[in-house]
Amino acid sequence: MSTVPNQTEPDHSASARQIDSRHSIGKLFEFACWASTWVSLIVLLVLLASVGYQATGWLSWRFVTSLDGVKVQEAGLLAGLVGSFWLVSITALMSVPLGVGAAIYLEEYAKPTLFTRFIRLNIANLAGVPSIVYGILGFTLFVRMFGLPKATYAVSLGFTTFSLQLPLGRSIIAGAMTLTLLSLPVVIIAAQEALRSVPASVRHASYALGASKWQTIWFQVLPAAIPGILTGVILAMSRAIGESAPIAVLGAATYIGYVPGKFKSLSEVVTQPQKLAAAPFDQFTAVPLQIYNWVNEPKQEYQYVAAAGIVVLLAVLLLLNGSAIFIRQHFQKKIRW
Amino acid sequence: MQTFGQLASSPSAASGSRLEQLAAALPKFETRGMNFFYGTHQALFDISLKVPQKSVTALIGPSGCGKSTYLRTLNRMNDIIEHTRVMGPVLLDGKEIYSPDVDVVSLRKRVGMVFQKSTPFPKSIFDNVAYGPRIHGNRNRQSLVEIVEKCLRQAALWEEVKDRLKDSAMALSGGQQQRLCIARALATSPEVLLMDEPASALDPASTSRVEDLIIELKQNYTIIIVTHNMQQAARISEWTAFFCQGRLVEFGLTKQLFTNPVQKETEDYITGRFG
Ligand SMILES: Nc1ncnc2c1ncn2[C@@H]1O[C@H](COP(=O)(O)OP(=O)(O)OP(=O)(O)O)[C@@H](O)[C@H]1O
Ligand SMILES: [Mg+2]
Repeated sequence: MSTVPNQTEPDHSASARQIDSRHSIGKLFEFACWASTWVSLIVLLVLLASVGYQATGWLSWRFVTSLDGVKVQEAGLLAGLVGSFWLVSITALMSVPLGVGAAIYLEEYAKPTLFTRFIRLNIANLAGVPSIVYGILGFTLFVRMFGLPKATYAVSLGFTTFSLQLPLGRSIIAGAMTLTLLSLPVVIIAAQEALRSVPASVRHASYALGASKWQTIWFQVLPAAIPGILTGVILAMSRAIGESAPIAVLGAATYIGYVPGKFKSLSEVVTQPQKLAAAPFDQFTAVPLQIYNWVNEPKQEYQYVAAAGIVVLLAVLLLLNGSAIFIRQHFQKKIRW
Repeated sequence: MQTFGQLASSPSAASGSRLEQLAAALPKFETRGMNFFYGTHQALFDISLKVPQKSVTALIGPSGCGKSTYLRTLNRMNDIIEHTRVMGPVLLDGKEIYSPDVDVVSLRKRVGMVFQKSTPFPKSIFDNVAYGPRIHGNRNRQSLVEIVEKCLRQAALWEEVKDRLKDSAMALSGGQQQRLCIARALATSPEVLLMDEPASALDPASTSRVEDLIIELKQNYTIIIVTHNMQQAARISEWTAFFCQGRLVEFGLTKQLFTNPVQKETEDYITGRFG
């Protein structure tokens, strides 16, 4: 077919120019996004490389498995690792039921009144409160209990008895309660979102089979929301593990010669397990706090010790986040909408 | 081309005497002058309808006329939607289902429902079917296994899934999912099955399987089905109710309603002259 190209040409070039400019804007945008990704990545890599470089020679099995000593060469992270482990375990134990319960109430039961909307708004606000504020709150509420006079109670657990001091003092349990306050808003919000993402059709199908409300929530909605809830919980816990400010405010020990429960070495856990019951009420230190203290030491070598501690902390965080991803993918294979 | 008259007289329609008996017996469901409100919006007006037992009743009518709403009043699924109100008697076997002493849980156990969009639970095929009996207190593994097999067979799904009962129900095809939902509804051994356009998202082959299934089930169950497909209504139902703008325009034997409608509106709708 023969056409008259001359007639259409001006039109053509105009639209071509338009496409051209749109194309270059697109390119520019893509480059900007690409650049911002790489800037943050490179900064992170530089950080990791410098920390890793400083830590070489100092990061050793002995460092991870021994208590802190007086000399630089004897520096050890064990007390902090075990302290952090206790802190996070108890925090998870307390914040998961509380947070998930609150989320279920807010999402499934609470009528959308002005009051519940006020609560929702405040939970979102609480998630943004600086952690040091929680530290101060925890100090008054748990460590000192508003200046309650000290008293000791003997608590019997059947297989063992231990003494409970009632202002909780600078104990693991006080620290864990503080971290619970800190991570609750995050857990609640994550759980709320996970519950909301369960389609209404699942609930309706359950009701149509004669299930009651709690059966529907317990057997259908909650299991379907578990991947989302777990991911949120693990992210909240990995934030809690890295917190040093609230722990420092609580007055966790900077130097401590034993692992919570007064264990001198890990093998004692096997030989004297009854001591474990008292561990939550013991003094403690945590990994980020030990790092903080090493950084503040004047001796140059302690910077390297701190770097080694940072590497261990990062490894723990990586492990936690990795397990969050694993859990999400594992469950999502089973749950597809 | 086939006419509705020919379709309606297809062999699936039972003999006249059986239908007469059914019509004379106590209706399974009865609503008398029932009105329904979503907040201030009235969706159903003065519906008086007797649904005969052990047969298929089709609800037809233009979109938005209140078929799904009517269906949901029968197992009180509208209770879940806030600010809804039912006024006027709704009787199941002659007993008011909205009276305060009626337990919604046992009502829904008796009156099963299948939705338009198949909604399997994100669990295994076995757990989907066993869910109903379980929540109603059946903890016996052996009896659950039997129920699951029986219901999957009834829903014509057993042969396709018997080797992968532990697999996720989400991995089934759309047609299989819908038959699973029917099996799941059967597992609580209901007396009535409410179906809201159960085949509208299915291909012709799956549709005809579901239709065969419905014809099979009506021996033992009362089935009320909403459908937009006139041929389908004619093929599987003995009774048809035509709804329009929240009102019941006409109810009668499917055969008669399709060949000899009394109301002008009904005729316009079934001959496709409507809107
Ligand atoms: N949850 C609801 N809230 C308020 N109004 C509703 C609700 N569900 C339905 N309605 C209204 O009630 C009327 C009847 O709706 P219904 O879903 O029963 O129609 P239908 O006959 O099933 O239509 P379709 O064939 O499209 O499914 C419509 O006007 C609709 O807008
Ligand atoms: Mg509908």
